[in-house]
Amino acid sequence: MSDGTQTELQRGEPRRDPKRRKPMVGLQPEGDVDWSSYRGVLVVVEQRAGVAKPVSWQLLGEGRRLADKLDAPLLALVMGHQVAHLAEEAICYGADRVYLCDSPELRDYRTRPYSRVCLHVIRTFKPEIVLMGATYTGRDLAGAIATHLPTGLTADSTMLDVDEDRLLLASRPAFSEKMLATILCKQFKPQMATARAGVFEALPRDPSRTGEIITVPPQIPPEDIATEVLEFIAATDRVNLAEAEVIVAGGRGLGGPAAFAMLKELADALGGVVGASRAAVDLGWIDHRHQVGQTGTTVRPKLYFAIGISGAVQHVVGMQNAECIIAINKDPAAPIFQIAHYGIVGDLFQIVPAITEAVRARKAAGGLRADGEGVGFSLTGAGSGGPVRGAE
Amino acid sequence: MLHLVVCIKQVPDSREIRIDPKTNTLIRQGVPAIVNYYDLHGLEEALRIKDRHGARVTVVTMGPPSADKALKQCIAMGADEGVLVSDRAFAGADTLATSYVVAMTIRKAEEEWGPVDIVFCGKQTLDGDTGQVGPGVACRLDLEQLTYVEKVEHLDLERREIIVHRHLEDGVERVRAKLPVLITALAELNEPRRASLPGVLRAARYKPMVWTTNDFPDLDRSKIGLRGSPTIVAKTWVPEPRKVNTEYIPADPPEAAAEALVERLFASDIAEKLGWVQGVRA
Ligand SMILES: Cc1cc2nc3c(=O)[nH]c(=O)nc-3n(C[C@H](O)[C@H](O)[C@H](O)COP(=O)(O)OP(=O)(O)OC[C@H]3O[C@@H](n4cnc5c(N)ncnc54)[C@H](O)[C@@H]3O)c2cc1C
Ligand SMILES: Nc1ncnc2c1ncn2[C@@H]1O[C@H](COP(=O)(O)O)[C@@H](O)[C@H]1O
Repeated sequence: MSDGTQTELQRGEPRRDPKRRKPMVGLQPEGDVDWSSYRGVLVVVEQRAGVAKPVSWQLLGEGRRLADKLDAPLLALVMGHQVAHLAEEAICYGADRVYLCDSPELRDYRTRPYSRVCLHVIRTFKPEIVLMGATYTGRDLAGAIATHLPTGLTADSTMLDVDEDRLLLASRPAFSEKMLATILCKQFKPQMATARAGVFEALPRDPSRTGEIITVPPQIPPEDIATEVLEFIAATDRVNLAEAEVIVAGGRGLGGPAAFAMLKELADALGGVVGASRAAVDLGWIDHRHQVGQTGTTVRPKLYFAIGISGAVQHVVGMQNAECIIAINKDPAAPIFQIAHYGIVGDLFQIVPAITEAVRARKAAGGLRADGEGVGFSLTGAGSGGPVRGAE
Repeated sequence: MLHLVVCIKQVPDSREIRIDPKTNTLIRQGVPAIVNYYDLHGLEEALRIKDRHGARVTVVTMGPPSADKALKQCIAMGADEGVLVSDRAFAGADTLATSYVVAMTIRKAEEEWGPVDIVFCGKQTLDGDTGQVGPGVACRLDLEQLTYVEKVEHLDLERREIIVHRHLEDGVERVRAKLPVLITALAELNEPRRASLPGVLRAARYKPMVWTTNDFPDLDRSKIGLRGSPTIVAKTWVPEPRKVNTEYIPADPPEAAAEALVERLFASDIAEKLGWVQGVRA
């Protein structure tokens, strides 16, 4: 059981393949382990350029609850370059102890160096639970780590709890969100899960909290950094659906690409982004990056406009957790109305421009918070958890 | 010659899955099986590399005997060989056990057809929906892992280098890596081709290779199937449908509808959460 698969795979015939790199050293699991020494809930903090992803603080909030229930410490792991301030932040958001690995090699996320550090911290400090955001980076890292350890990993959890046997109960949607399943990992430690952004609540930031920061040396061998991040191109046109708070989405009912410009006007007026159904994407009216749903992006905005979208299950699973859903459709029987908070049965070509006008009128009348930028409100969460634009 | 391996999974078409209202269980009967959506994008990218540089494309899947249909579909599109790893002992695998068997399969495929240069996986499956098998396979085979790839910008066979665009929530990352690599494919990567006529004819006669546990002398049986899966499904339940009392706003005249909607949004807590009214109230 404690024998690692990595070792196992290498055990057969030795590789004679000249194309292949040597196996990763130091990533094999240890010998026999006593799981009882594993204690604490570890949250891996995700950041870009020194700015933490909101999901990291959300997981610390939830992790705090689990740790208290387990009577165990809440731990955080901060990796990156020039990220010491995030270790302090993690304490403000609930961590008791923060492992900090700060090194130029960790400037960009890359699987191998980050795995190396993460595995070192897990093996040395033995947390019983490890949580990461179910983001692209979180899934990339968690999948690698769980295989190396090895241990069980639950993807995309939306509910977390612990029982009296200290088992992590990680629940996640299954079969297009038609069911929920609770997953356990009894035989291995740590118990790992990735969790969706926007589901859990961060604790209010408390600068008076105190905690311990432990610096972890990087010890990254040069062969681990063969992969090179050449550049990062920040999302333009605000197609950051996953983190958007307002989404104005259109479907086949738009009748063509031109009407997406109309949606963009409403989205701009609201400080939101444009989404789309797969039908609209498949017709080539808009880029796939805008697609919401099972084969697009799962979103959790505060406000979601479904305009000319019928509400097929594959679309709905990707947006049903929006806090407020507004459906505009000329077909009163469209399934989208079943999950909409506000429904307008009518022609979108008449209604959408009217809404845009009404929003603009509000703004002009000062009904929206003025911040000197012309946009009456900020796009919180659409980036990085950084300072809210225009916050007073 | 380049050797490209594409990992595919046959999955139930989720549109057709229903819940039995009496027992609260899934009704799987009569649900058609399809090749996992993203895996076809992986296959298409492999075929494009084959078209351009010449390559051998091997498709592998772990699944029940009926998954040979999925492999035939890939043959029809232009894959060279299809391998089905199928054995009762593999059943009940979670992502850790799956990545073990898939990695063993790729290793065996390397013995048959030469060392692999690029492995393609889908971003995630429509049923498992974890995206964990790809990174698991990459780890086990010591391949450089390039997940969520939306574009292959450059492939330099001389220097054995690849440049890809990785999609992230807040942007795109251009990454350069050395072969061999494992790529997990997004839908943006390409538009999968239709089967060609010669492909269809070949697929009709094609019998995919079937490998069972007996074909893997080194297989560690404690790492496969249910036994090799650390995660346990403790319970499943059908969530209460979200109860929404839809408030219908009359559509006519549009200006009044719009005004009414905006009015309601401002009166709700959404306005505050979005910070629309903060400044006004403070
Ligand atoms: C494996 C798989 C994965 C999928 N993944 C996704 C996914 O991720 N996301 C997704 O969205 N779909 C997905 N789909 C597709 C999904 O099943 C539906 O086909 C799709 O969501 C329908 O898009 P739509 O609502 O825009 O189009 P339609 O179903 O055609 O609906 C258009 C709507 O517009 C209304 N309308 C038309 N004209 C007007 C007007 N002038 N004013 C007001 N209303 C009007 C109509 O009444 C209708 O309700 C997937 C399908 C499969 C098989
Ligand atoms: N049984 C399987 N056989 C072959 N490949 C698989 C299998 N399961 C998953 N994969 C590959 O791994 C990817 C991610 O799957 P998952 O982790 O289940 O979301 C899929 O898109 C496939 O490319």
